[in-house]
Amino acid sequence: MADKPDIEQLIGDTVGEIHVDAPKMSTRNCNVFYGDKQAIFDVNLDFGKHSVVALIGPSGCGKSTYLRCLNRMNDTIPICRVMGKLSLDDEDIYAREMDPVLLRARVGMVFQKPNPFPKSIYDNVAYGPRLHGLAQTRADLDEIVVTSLQKAGLFEEVKDRLTSPGTGLSGGQQQRLCIARTIAVSPEVILMDEPASALDPIATAIIEELIDELRENFTIAIVTHSMQQAARVSQRTAYFHLGRLVEVGETNDIFTNPRHELTENYITGRFG
Amino acid sequence: MNNTEVIKKSLANRYKKERRFQMMGRLAVLTGFAFLVILMTDIITKSLPAFTLYYVKLDVNYSAQTLGVSETAEAEELAKGNFRKLTRDAIYDLFPEVKKRADRKALAKLVSNEAEFQVQKALLADPTMLDTTTPTWVLVDDDVDAYLKSRSDTARTSDKQIAWLETLESDGRLEKRFNWIFFENGDSREPEIAGIRGAAMGSLFTVVVCLLVSFPIGVLAAVYLEEFAPRNRWIDLVEININNLAAVPSIVFGLLGLAVFINFFGMPRSAPVVGGLVLALMTLPTIIISSRSAIKAVPPSIREAALGVGASKMQTVFQHVVPLAMPGILTGTIIGMAQALGETAPLLMIGMVAFIVDVPQGFTDSATVLPIQIYLWADSPERTFVAKTSAAIVVLLVFLVCMNAIAVFLRKKFEKSW
Repeated sequence: MADKPDIEQLIGDTVGEIHVDAPKMSTRNCNVFYGDKQAIFDVNLDFGKHSVVALIGPSGCGKSTYLRCLNRMNDTIPICRVMGKLSLDDEDIYAREMDPVLLRARVGMVFQKPNPFPKSIYDNVAYGPRLHGLAQTRADLDEIVVTSLQKAGLFEEVKDRLTSPGTGLSGGQQQRLCIARTIAVSPEVILMDEPASALDPIATAIIEELIDELRENFTIAIVTHSMQQAARVSQRTAYFHLGRLVEVGETNDIFTNPRHELTENYITGRFG
Repeated sequence: MNNTEVIKKSLANRYKKERRFQMMGRLAVLTGFAFLVILMTDIITKSLPAFTLYYVKLDVNYSAQTLGVSETAEAEELAKGNFRKLTRDAIYDLFPEVKKRADRKALAKLVSNEAEFQVQKALLADPTMLDTTTPTWVLVDDDVDAYLKSRSDTARTSDKQIAWLETLESDGRLEKRFNWIFFENGDSREPEIAGIRGAAMGSLFTVVVCLLVSFPIGVLAAVYLEEFAPRNRWIDLVEININNLAAVPSIVFGLLGLAVFINFFGMPRSAPVVGGLVLALMTLPTIIISSRSAIKAVPPSIREAALGVGASKMQTVFQHVVPLAMPGILTGTIIGMAQALGETAPLLMIGMVAFIVDVPQGFTDSATVLPIQIYLWADSPERTFVAKTSAAIVVLLVFLVCMNAIAVFLRKKFEKSW
């Protein structure tokens, strides 16, 4: 790319404090390639325990790609290569000894489009625990399903029809079902890839409230297109541009007092 | 002219085009339907005579003397009796006035060659009939049967015979019955006792072998190629070969089966197991290609969902992807099986075209299949076989309809929405 030096110059090093005390997850010099094309350039970022980090940026800035590195979902794309040091509790998640299946049980993911299995509500939530053998008895499993649904704020709405198909729920309910399915395996980190982008404002508000509650028990990273959403749910915000991490900081600081010109332009709506 | 007028002017033309297209569409559907109706009506009307048979009542004198057995004979001795003479005598008794040798011969020709065996069977079923005169129903000859059904004069029934038949009919000695024999017997040189069961069982055994071999191999190959195989030149080569295999003329598979299964592995000739293997090779590409497209059609979000909660690749594929692709896989499989059921050419090469009288009892017995039976009967000179051919086609069609019904049922069962 001819204009590559210009971009480097324009963006420069990441502005703001990338470090947090005792991070749950952290990435150092994370580079991602799709074939010959580089999608992520030297991203350094820490994710603190019991806090929500929002990843924002214009379309195609690589925030989803970056998020999907954190539980190795990118492994499913044959041409995708991830380099750098990515760690969960100081364990290298791309190390040879790290089993991606185990990693994904510890780092759960909620996707942009609600994707419940074409099974009953109960089976959707029970799928993960059954898979990993987390429940010894039927009663244990029932309890996991109920508490997961309660934590996802869905239990009251579906308690009379746990055996009806999960695909029959409304979009917002389906997304909460997917969240319940994710937390049923008690992950340590939850990654959310634009979890509310396919939902109406009311369903979105419910999900946002839910994210705030989930923070008590989980470390959360959320990709979002909506700056308001980032402002409402997150403690820290990271702004991505063309595959680079431009600025990161306390959410309040970023939105009231952006230090990088690109961040300011994006937040004030000049592009993006 | 402003834009609105220009658009208005073109509108009439556009609507006319649409109407013309709809008309042609309806015409096409109607033509197709008309051909189907003509075909079905033709086959069914032609097949109807094959489903009935005429019987004639003979007053058989089961005389021990004529049979050449003792009066206290047991079953074993009775079976060896001279039933030909017994039957002949019973026929001559119908028209005692016929004395001339040539006429008697013509008279004897009214009943089937099978008649003496029917008489024998009747006596063995009830040995107390020995030395009594008992009315017994036996089959008429196939030419007579054809005459009675069409009532048109043919070179194969003489005027004298027709006169006798009229007498028999007015005496109430002729009866039309449902042709169970057709469904109970294997093939025969005698049209009146030739049946479809041998070919139907042969087809059944062949298709079962074909299904058992091609379904698991085809589905697993499709799953591997679609979900696990690395993208490289070898896999591309395999893919191209599978796609080309689907276009190979079926007789080539017959040659392959002859060379590999029969000559190299020494498997039996004319056996459903070999036929099934050959047809499995032929249907594999169909199953693989349709299974792959069914697997490809499963939304990636389902795979991500499963992987996201920590399912392994294998669990994702077999717990989510394959069940969701099952309706499509089954459709492809049934199409492949229907193709296999109607296939003739490759089976000719491995000897399943032989004339086989016995109904096959297993996968290694000599057998033929329905389409080959149809071909063999269509080739036979006897008039009765015309109806048999159509009847065999009806049986083949019933087979296919049943298979499709099973496919629809299974598809409904596995179908889920997401």
